[in-house]
Amino acid sequence: MNTARRLARAAAWGAAHLGGIVALLVAWELFARSGAVTMFMLPPFSAVAERIWTDAVGGTLWINIGLTLYRAFAGFLLASVIGVGLGVAMARTRLARWFFDPIISVGFPMPKVVFLPVIILWLGVFDVSKVTMVTMEAIFPVVTATVLGIEGVGHELIWSARNMGAKDRELLWQVLLPAAFPQIMTGIQVALPIALIVAIFTEMAMGGFGLGGVMMQASRFADSRGVFAGIVEIAVVGYFAVLALVVLRRRLLRWHQEASAPSTV
Amino acid sequence: MRTALIRYSPLLILAIAWQLIAHFELVSSTALPPLTQIGGAWLELLRSGDLLKNAAPSLYRAGAGLMLAVAVGAILGIAMAWWRPVNVALGPLVEAFYPMPKSALIPVTVIWLGFGDGSKILLIFLGCMLPVTIGAYNGARSTEQVLVWSARCMGAGRLRMMWDVVVPSALPELFNGIRTALALAFILMVTSELIVAREGLGNLIGYLGANGSYAAMYAVVLTVALMGFAADRVYQALTQRLLAWRETGLA
Repeated sequence: MNTARRLARAAAWGAAHLGGIVALLVAWELFARSGAVTMFMLPPFSAVAERIWTDAVGGTLWINIGLTLYRAFAGFLLASVIGVGLGVAMARTRLARWFFDPIISVGFPMPKVVFLPVIILWLGVFDVSKVTMVTMEAIFPVVTATVLGIEGVGHELIWSARNMGAKDRELLWQVLLPAAFPQIMTGIQVALPIALIVAIFTEMAMGGFGLGGVMMQASRFADSRGVFAGIVEIAVVGYFAVLALVVLRRRLLRWHQEASAPSTV
Repeated sequence: MRTALIRYSPLLILAIAWQLIAHFELVSSTALPPLTQIGGAWLELLRSGDLLKNAAPSLYRAGAGLMLAVAVGAILGIAMAWWRPVNVALGPLVEAFYPMPKSALIPVTVIWLGFGDGSKILLIFLGCMLPVTIGAYNGARSTEQVLVWSARCMGAGRLRMMWDVVVPSALPELFNGIRTALALAFILMVTSELIVAREGLGNLIGYLGANGSYAAMYAVVLTVALMGFAADRVYQALTQRLLAWRETGLA
């Protein structure tokens, strides 16, 4: 009985979720076919889906998705690793704190994407500069979340670990990082959509392949089907990338009390 | 004053290092012009009016898009938190579009509204709306039930309760959402202008870079970066003042 009810609720929840998307797609199709807008301004969804299908069968879709994800994730991973390292250093040592604190607090609210021409000047127009741009923009939320997370670790935990003879390294890996992990993960979750935004923007600005580059090319040739196909592809990729992190968080934080709380995501 | 000097001294050190590296040409001066030269270029841009002429449309676009996003997003978020049907209808859409990289919308807004202000305002509006919506939604949902009951008990109508209870308790989260949106507005403004525009700071950066006037390009880049920073600081000071009635500061 209980399971049946839970299943029914899950089904209703899923239907409600899909319902909104399906309604939007149907409205898109009808509106595009109604003649209120031209095919150029809004091609019907069926035409866009057909375009995506040809790209998928031809294989270019997968190459472009792969390239975009590679750039976004390379920068995202760099930002996560460097960001956590820097955050730990800032939270634990005074010198690092003194030096990086103003840089982070001034740099965080800046739109780092304006440095694109400078980065191109230094590193060229290929993957190195794209990945650098992604890292530059995505690292800030990771650093601030790590600093806050490590600082928020209770003194009792640290004192007990020290009391039981934990060395610095053991303290870091067995106490500080696990205890701060939920907050660090939140920072990383903020960083991922930023990484995708910047990856797609750099592809648009520098050209070449990748979802953003292909979309920009379609736009130059006034190929609005290609543009809308790009939007749909990018929306789907972004959705699943973010979802993957939510699932990963639930996995990694199974031991944490937040896992037992009802999820709102 | 002295503590501020000590606090920000690393930035000063970086600036001096930049100047020295550029002065002794450790890297080529096109890649890293000396700060003094950049300062000169900045003054020149200011004098010729290029800076102001391009800053005005940029700020207008960012401001208009952000205002629209705040107005629509806040209403939408609070409505989603308080009327179930709205939530059922819009919740999944918000969830599906939130992670979408907004820069992907640049070509579409151009197809719809052309190369001028309209397409940028639409882009900034679309990009900034969802963070505001989610902030307002989370804030309004976390309204203390006790407050709602007391207000109802004292005879508050639906709208009155909305205005006097729900909106104030949603403010901290809403302000956080708007802060995210503010940063996004600058990012989207610059990116859209770098890619397609005839005027604006992003366009000026691209133009100067293509011309090889790197000192001037650096000057505009730093100007935009500092504008984003200053906007965030002003916004934070403002919201802290507006939230001064709260018992605890922002956690």
